[in-house]
Amino acid sequence: MRKGIRSTSKYRVAKSKIFFGIMCLFSALTMIPLFVILWELAKKGYKQFNLSLFTEVAPTSMEAMFARATGNLIPGGILNGITGTLLILSMAIVIAIPIGIMTGVYLAENQEKKLANFVRHLSDLLQGIPSIVIGVVVYIWVVIPMSSYSAVAGSVALSIMMLPMIIRSTEESLKMLPVTLKEAGLALGGSYSSVVMRILIPSAFSGLFTGSLLAISRVTGETAPLLVTALGAASVNWDATSPTSAISLLIWEFYNDPNLADLVWSSSLLLLLFVLGINLLAKSIAKKWKIQ
Amino acid sequence: MENSVNTNNHILELKDVSVSYTPGQYAVKDVSAIIKPNTVTAMMGPSGCGKTTLLRAINRMHELYPNIVTTGEILLQGENIFSMNAMKVRRMAGMVFQRPNPFPTMSIYDNVLAGYMLNNVGLKKHEKDEIVETSLRSVALWDEVKDSMTKKGSFLSGGQQQRLCIARALALKPELLLMDEPTSALDPISTNKVEELIFELKKDYTIVIVTHNMSQAARLSDNSMFMYLGELVEYGATKQMFTKPNDKRTEEYLTGVFS
Ligand SMILES: Nc1ncnc2c1ncn2[C@@H]1O[C@H](COP(=O)(O)OP(=O)(O)O)[C@@H](O)[C@H]1O
Ligand SMILES: [Mg+2]
Repeated sequence: MRKGIRSTSKYRVAKSKIFFGIMCLFSALTMIPLFVILWELAKKGYKQFNLSLFTEVAPTSMEAMFARATGNLIPGGILNGITGTLLILSMAIVIAIPIGIMTGVYLAENQEKKLANFVRHLSDLLQGIPSIVIGVVVYIWVVIPMSSYSAVAGSVALSIMMLPMIIRSTEESLKMLPVTLKEAGLALGGSYSSVVMRILIPSAFSGLFTGSLLAISRVTGETAPLLVTALGAASVNWDATSPTSAISLLIWEFYNDPNLADLVWSSSLLLLLFVLGINLLAKSIAKKWKIQ
Repeated sequence: MENSVNTNNHILELKDVSVSYTPGQYAVKDVSAIIKPNTVTAMMGPSGCGKTTLLRAINRMHELYPNIVTTGEILLQGENIFSMNAMKVRRMAGMVFQRPNPFPTMSIYDNVLAGYMLNNVGLKKHEKDEIVETSLRSVALWDEVKDSMTKKGSFLSGGQQQRLCIARALALKPELLLMDEPTSALDPISTNKVEELIFELKKDYTIVIVTHNMSQAARLSDNSMFMYLGELVEYGATKQMFTKPNDKRTEEYLTGVFS
């Protein structure tokens, strides 16, 4: 009898140990793709990952072919892509953050209202819309009326993609605030708008900031919607109304041209590091600025 | 705020004030009372009898929630608060909450000035300094925090935070100070300090304080209200009420039959 109990308990311990082991194994497995990707990009891209990547525009196919024929590194870099990504992203941020935050505030402050529920559902739906569809719609809305591909069209597409995340994170972080904070502000005779702007939003700032950063990192690598809106450009362009390149667009171009294919790796590595950097920043801010 | 007409020397007058959270049920029922300037009035009564509800009616806090209905008249210095601008009412009737709630993103200095900032009142540096110092001195916090003005308010102890919240309310020079169990979240030493402070503030302010603590009410207040099930059962001089209550329910409460 006794022996029986002991052996079943041993069996249980063994079983839970195995289960724990399997969990660890699977957790480790999920990490593998990230490291394999990083390793692969580093291995293939390090040669081209040099100063000129940041200071020179993308080479033409001819220049690349020439360099390859003589056994040299492909000249040039992706400066036009970097500046394009920065231009498109920063305009997308300027469009998406105020709208997203205001909508999030509205949802958090009017949780029971029909309109709020409707908006919340729409925002969830928006998150599920394929990015190319958003790109095509923006093509119709912005590119056709302007009769030109442009950076701003790309920004509009990306800002639409950013909205759901910003709205959600704003709503969630405002809902976490104690209601007495708002009441205290109003009890001092503050107007509703100044209480929202000067107390609620600053108090929820770390959540808003993290959410916005994650939204930015989500859309940084988007390619499909930019193909039909920003199009691409061979030189550095700071004009919001002209076609503009982006890192992701350049990667797509390099991929499609055998002469330029070697540049895929270094540009991808840069894009990945940029996105990882934003993510790490978001994480560290979320940790550091947490209130109480 | 000094120019308001004050004909009858009442700072606050409640006339048949009722508040309901759900239709047909009254958390506060037909309360009428007059509060004289420079007095401390203690609101007592068992938990859930409507003290907080009544207090929040006075600075129109209930308007933030659409389901809450307030009826009756509340006159602040003779003027009906419901025909005044809500923001003005709230500046005139400052409120201190049960739990200290300094604004977490603001420094101690900015917390004191928060009322001005939220009302978009532009002040010069020396005016700000002066308001901060006077307000913090009046809550006996100045000496403790004068060297850490730029630190966040949440860096202070609970008792200090509550005094900061009182200073924040006083900075706007309200006519009336509404305090909802301001010491219930504090340790005995901090409670003592806040009580001393209330005693001092009586010289310049009119105070209505909700308290669960009978000895606190006895120590601090000139007048007392006893509420029960939303009704104002008894209102009169504290001494009188503690020695010879008129109503049996008051007596039972004071002797601890229910609490
Ligand atoms: N937000 C609310 N919604 C619904 N009922 C409430 C709310 N706040 C208080 N009440 C009810 O109103 C009554 C009075 O509450 P309250 O004023 O908080 O009492 P006290 O401060 O005297 O303890 C209680 O019965 C309570 O349940
Ligand atoms: Mg209460």
